Amino acid sequence: MSLHEKSIAELAAGLRAKAFSSVELTRHYLRRIAAHDATLNSFITVTEEQALEQAAAADARIQAGDAGPLSGIPLAQKDIFCTNGVRTSCGSKMLDRFIAPYDATVIERFKAAGAVMLGKTNMDEFAMGSSNETSFYGPVRNPWNTELVPGGSSGGSAAAAAARLCAAATGTDTGGSIRQPAALCNLTGLKPTYGRISRYGMIAFASSLDQAGPITRSAEDAATLLQVMAGFDPRDSTSAEEPVPDYLAALGDDLKGLKIGLPKEYFGEGLDPAVAKAIEAAIEEYKRLGAEVVEISLPNNGLAVPAYYVVAPAECSSNLARFDGVRFGHRCADPKDLEDLYKRSRGEGFGDEVKRRILVGAYALSAGYYDAYYLKAQQVRHLIADDFNRAFEKVDVIMGPASPTTAFKLGEKTDDPVQMYLSDIYTIAVNLAGLPGMSIPVEPVDGRPVGLQIIGNYFDEARLLNVAHRFQQATEWHRQGPAGY
Amino acid sequence: MPLDKADVEKIAHLARLAVSEEALEGVAGDLSNILDLVEQMGAADTSGVEPMAHPLHMAQRLRPDAVTETDLRDRFQSIAPQTEDGLYLVPRVVE
Repeated sequence: MSLHEKSIAELAAGLRAKAFSSVELTRHYLRRIAAHDATLNSFITVTEEQALEQAAAADARIQAGDAGPLSGIPLAQKDIFCTNGVRTSCGSKMLDRFIAPYDATVIERFKAAGAVMLGKTNMDEFAMGSSNETSFYGPVRNPWNTELVPGGSSGGSAAAAAARLCAAATGTDTGGSIRQPAALCNLTGLKPTYGRISRYGMIAFASSLDQAGPITRSAEDAATLLQVMAGFDPRDSTSAEEPVPDYLAALGDDLKGLKIGLPKEYFGEGLDPAVAKAIEAAIEEYKRLGAEVVEISLPNNGLAVPAYYVVAPAECSSNLARFDGVRFGHRCADPKDLEDLYKRSRGEGFGDEVKRRILVGAYALSAGYYDAYYLKAQQVRHLIADDFNRAFEKVDVIMGPASPTTAFKLGEKTDDPVQMYLSDIYTIAVNLAGLPGMSIPVEPVDGRPVGLQIIGNYFDEARLLNVAHRFQQATEWHRQGPAGY
Repeated sequence: MPLDKADVEKIAHLARLAVSEEALEGVAGDLSNILDLVEQMGAADTSGVEPMAHPLHMAQRLRPDAVTETDLRDRFQSIAPQTEDGLYLVPRVVE
């Protein structure tokens, strides 16, 4: 088996047994990036020199018997995480020359675990997009078919992980940005409960929704990454002070008697019938594994996308006010006064989608409109969360599609923002409620990957990983990779 | 609610965002479509529903009022567009 086909547990075992070194493994992945990424465009920055230094340090740790499960494992980090001394662009011209002066907590934790960072992955600008086409650095291509989008906003991470250009990657998910690209690229993507992973140093888009998580080839790999990423951080005021369980320990639990809720709203209008069939086949597999299926209703799900496009833009307009051309980031040439400096720096630094969302947010928050938009959206958000709370009185997990369609063609939806927003009809409600959600690969449709979404109760990540792992023990869909890589 | 070019100019000013004259009409159309989507919320009866500001209904945590960060001014200013004597420079505001 080639090194890039091995799971993280297999790589860790190989490193400990000295079958290969982290330097060799890292070089192997760097060669793969050099060979394939001109086509895929999944990395914005490849940090070759630093990666090899980290690999050598990991080899020394392993030699000294001080290795953890991620020591020496080459990972790709979404370019939304601040990395000390390394460009952190967030996919934007605004931050094209921004060298982060500190590490995000997530990055710090990976460093402490001895993981190797291969580079920073491409993404929709400021994580605003569902196809990775809003990046200042150009679109990412889906390794399963390079005419197709990889999904977004963590599209670079998904494409890199799918093409085996890294052992695993990180993403962030504000409305589906981990689960949807994972679905479109045949990967396992986990968005944990809001507050589970520190947001410190993760460039903010919508602070009440943003959450980081792993994008991997299996639930087992996801458990290993989450173990390192999760935990309380005093530097993030919304970080949850909840104990972190042993995510690997519960992976093998039996699913007998597991109650799966199927919301009828997830199988209605807008869902591609072929995707529906693939999801139903996966549910049948769960029945064979001993699970019981219960039909449930999330009556307010149809309001999730409308409410999200108030809450997210409102928070974005506030968060992105910091990009003013004064302290860091792009500054326009020859400003004639302070207002001109602000307006032109922002006008030149931001792309069209980011501008649209800032404007929608500024409008929704402006005098006279606040009650009709922002307050109303926060109330609708409560209705959506209550729907889930009622459902979890009856079921252990909720399942449905992660995305209404398989990957679409590059350019297909770029002229119609509202059509693009509807790519996330099944993922957005989970962020509004703050719940954990996953996407795992099921049977593809016409060679295009399909993702099954699994939604859990608050802080029930261990169960989600267990439910995903047992399916992956019984099936082979997650082992499939794109041809040519 | 449909927005026109004048509305976009006003919002863009509030957001301190330059939008070129040629782009105004397209932006007005896009924003109008987005607001049409958003206004589907109107169908929900939310009378008496508490607005949800935090997904876990957590209160803001407080920390002791003590200095915990070290002074990194030089480091932070090294990535600024223009500084002088430890200050950020902007065009003259007061004549």
